[in-house]
Amino acid sequence: MAGLLNIGTSFIPSSSTSKLLRYPSSLPPANRNNPSNRTLIQAKIREIFMPALSSTMTEGKIVSWVKSEGDKLAKGESVVVVESDKADMDVETFYDGYLAAIMVEEGGVAAVGSAIALLAETEEEIAEARSKANSSSSSSSSSSSSSASSSTVASKPPQEKTPEAVASSPAPSLSKQASAPSVVAASSVHPASEGGKRIVASPYAKKLAKELKVDLGSLVGSGPMGRIVAKDVEAAAAAAVLTESPKPAASPAPSPAKVSTTPGIELGTVVPFTTMQGAVSRNMVQSLTVPTFRVGYTITTDALDQLYKKIKSKGVTMTALLAKATALALVKHPVVNSSCRDGKSFTYNSSINIAVAVAMDGGLITPVLQDADKLDIYSLSRKWKELVDKARAKQLQPHEYNTGTFTLSNLGMFGVDRFDAILPPGTGAIMAVGASQPTVVATKDGRIGMKSQMQVNVTADHRIIYGADLAAFLQTLANIIEDPKDLTF
Amino acid sequence: MQASISLSSSSPSSLAFARSDRAVEFFSTNASKPSSFRFCGLRGEALGFSTLKRSGCNQVALSQRRLFKKLSASLKDNGVPSKGFDYDLVIIGAGVGGHGAALHAVEKGLKTAIIEGDVVGGTCVNRGCVPSKALLAVSGRMRELQSEHHLNALGLQVSSAGYDRQGVADHANNLATKIRNNLTNSLKALGVDILTGVGTILGPQKVKYGKAGFSDNVITAKDIIIATGSVPFVPKGIEVDGKTVITSDHALKLEFIPDWIAIVGSGYIGLEFSDVYTALGSEVTFIEALDQLMPGFDPEIGKSAQRVLINPRKIDYHTGVFASKIIPARDGKPVTIELIDAKTKEPRDTLEVDAALIATGRAPFTKGLGLDNINVETQRGFVPVDECMRVIDKNGKLVPHVYCIGDANGKMMLAHAASAQGISVVEQVSGKDHVLNHLSIPAACFTHPEISFVGLTEPQARERAEKEGYEISITKTSFKANTKALAENEGEGLAKLIYRPDTGEILGVHIFGLHAADLIHEASNAIALGTRIQDIKFAVHAHPTLSEVLDELFKSAKVNSGVSNPVKEPVAI
Repeated sequence: MAGLLNIGTSFIPSSSTSKLLRYPSSLPPANRNNPSNRTLIQAKIREIFMPALSSTMTEGKIVSWVKSEGDKLAKGESVVVVESDKADMDVETFYDGYLAAIMVEEGGVAAVGSAIALLAETEEEIAEARSKANSSSSSSSSSSSSSASSSTVASKPPQEKTPEAVASSPAPSLSKQASAPSVVAASSVHPASEGGKRIVASPYAKKLAKELKVDLGSLVGSGPMGRIVAKDVEAAAAAAVLTESPKPAASPAPSPAKVSTTPGIELGTVVPFTTMQGAVSRNMVQSLTVPTFRVGYTITTDALDQLYKKIKSKGVTMTALLAKATALALVKHPVVNSSCRDGKSFTYNSSINIAVAVAMDGGLITPVLQDADKLDIYSLSRKWKELVDKARAKQLQPHEYNTGTFTLSNLGMFGVDRFDAILPPGTGAIMAVGASQPTVVATKDGRIGMKSQMQVNVTADHRIIYGADLAAFLQTLANIIEDPKDLTF
Repeated sequence: MQASISLSSSSPSSLAFARSDRAVEFFSTNASKPSSFRFCGLRGEALGFSTLKRSGCNQVALSQRRLFKKLSASLKDNGVPSKGFDYDLVIIGAGVGGHGAALHAVEKGLKTAIIEGDVVGGTCVNRGCVPSKALLAVSGRMRELQSEHHLNALGLQVSSAGYDRQGVADHANNLATKIRNNLTNSLKALGVDILTGVGTILGPQKVKYGKAGFSDNVITAKDIIIATGSVPFVPKGIEVDGKTVITSDHALKLEFIPDWIAIVGSGYIGLEFSDVYTALGSEVTFIEALDQLMPGFDPEIGKSAQRVLINPRKIDYHTGVFASKIIPARDGKPVTIELIDAKTKEPRDTLEVDAALIATGRAPFTKGLGLDNINVETQRGFVPVDECMRVIDKNGKLVPHVYCIGDANGKMMLAHAASAQGISVVEQVSGKDHVLNHLSIPAACFTHPEISFVGLTEPQARERAEKEGYEISITKTSFKANTKALAENEGEGLAKLIYRPDTGEILGVHIFGLHAADLIHEASNAIALGTRIQDIKFAVHAHPTLSEVLDELFKSAKVNSGVSNPVKEPVAI
């Protein structure tokens, strides 16, 4: 009965315009905990903080800005509507002044106590405050989805562009660079856009493009009538990320130099190998002593794509999914995971370590997902991210790149549909993965249907792995990928 | 036997007046499962409002009537007509409005006929609220099953959700059929004559009806109610082919689910269909002539609804534009939509989509009604009426004995409003003064979550307050603080109350959140009965229920006047 009487008492009462809750929306400078701001911001430019609207609130979402940048504010006026874990509330200012810069856009989330906007005391200080907002929003990563703010602010007065502000917008330029090659292809026929004058993209594709900062103008649509659909944007964003630093590169075969030819090469000069390139070269020559052969297989990926779509939001990458699938297939075919060290014996490896080829600036490296069969897909994805970050920072430890027992090389994101790979010395097999593409297929019941299919091609050491072994392995792999429910365990 | 069965399972008294406890009893003894379904449909859709002012006082009389009917069903009379007339009341159009009026007329002892040229049930039952609710029931579940985040938060695991288009379409169609049969049976059971054909008014108190190719029948009636309803409005320049460029009539058949559909108009119809289509996998582009989406709603509600219903979904929009030309898909070309600026009329953009749904509202249907014969001219297609639904002629004079209810008069284009107007008219013709308070009629949009409101929006209330010289206050509560909503993990939403702090009068209530459409009636009843905030705030709500959202809303209001005397009897409205 007590419960009945206590209805709602533990909740924050509703907000209402008549009884606006007053929160100190800006604090004296001494309370600021961000040291980078202390030097930059003078007393007259105040920060508006994300208020704590309830005792349990740790972060708040900006529902809407009641005022916009440049508006004059009077003490007690409401400035922003914040959504806490309990309710939406108007937050008002304690000072007169001008709303100089909004640092967390509508829809953005900020931690309690972090700055969400700057308040300038006079009109003259607005510009100053804005440049400060610039630098602080680019140097601090407090706001999650609000990175838009830095770019909008940056586009305003070009005057005091701090180096940080410039650094804050490399993403768009990079993505442009990355998609540059596809622009050429795009200029062919684009029936839906009157020869490229107009961009035809589905609503969701547009939303994604905005989120992922992909320039729709540079994409070729794969939807009906050449329309850009969500998966085109996703593919472009993935490619952009890859070109940004680690490009999952080819098999060792296509010379790594090729990947990075375009920028900054002086024609007519001879450039010696770097250490890494030297190592690649040695390994490639050494591979000639191994009698290899190749077996290809076409795998339908509709189910895998669907799974990927479902768990992508949890940070799962396609690379991790493929590595996991491969590892699970290898469990059943230990011979494909073996190697021939001395030309006389099989060395059956005790663990399944999947090496994944990654192109790096001026080279190629194969970070290794150890025990890929045992780790769950989420851990594997985290591990992979960690490895890529380390590779980018050139901090991979030897055991993190030379303990692979099976290598995976994926050029699918570049649209390559099939290729073959050179076997890295010391391992038994390498698998080259092509792009998954919608394909018209005839089914056994005499119908024609559309399926997404990708081609994989395994190069193996025939001293230990025979055709039948690879065939059986590939069949298992195809079964796993076509019915991927086991991947998520 | 047949007669007695239909009587007991769909007798109007049970439909319109049974309280919930009685309804339960009723079903456990008499009705099979399907009829319980009909019951819900009718109550919700057709008679939501009309029940209110009669519950209680008329109940006894009604049960007696039911007994009487059981005994004399075979006699099939629904009253004795006044001298010299075939009928006391002839209703043209058997939609929800006409149906509501007919039931009430029989209750009042009037000999009643209803003329229908198409199918009983009208727009609501056949091409509107009813089948769309079936689709929305599907979309709501799909949405739940697809929202992994939401399911995980509840600890549920669902591998994948799929649907069968034909199955969904069948569900909508079956529901419409069921409700239609129910309406027909309830009319027949009461002995209302259903006359088939197009009804035309020949002159004062004279109506003819007949099917094309058959000879017409002429009947006389003391009073005539026009309840011919409306059809989807298609602006000029738009070519509807029923396949890729469609109206709600076609969309409800769900013949295909396009990858990308443009919806012209972001009112109720457009919003509900966007909910359906996005849940079934389509992407949606809204085209809205006004500068803001959801123009009919309270701006604040619209804004917060947009945050939930539009922004996170696969929907984009163009506002401030007209679709000046829409060409259906043909010859391998997609549907082409030309957009012009709503103000400057300059071309703005061209869209190429897989389908377009025209949801720009509805136009009154008065064709062949013979309005000329009674010297009446439509205004923008609507039949002009006064506040008592009496039809006004060209010279501004009342046409005696002719009334118009529902979409055809355009006062409030809602099924339950039509029904309420019909009941109001019957009250008048049976000798009681009755004026319907349209501000007490709730409206709902059945998106997920739902939107509902009654009374004035904030801008309307401010305007009125300024004109009439009083203050208004506004209070809001959030679903986030409601236990039941949180238990359902559906804390999104808010309720808003607009009221007079000096008198405690409720001017408007707007709800956006879980089951908003069911929650609004506490507020609409309060407005209809004139209940003040200072009184209703003492009403007790079960805990934990969503109704506590309104409880909190009323309790958070600050009324300056003291507690008024509780309402002793219902105030005439």
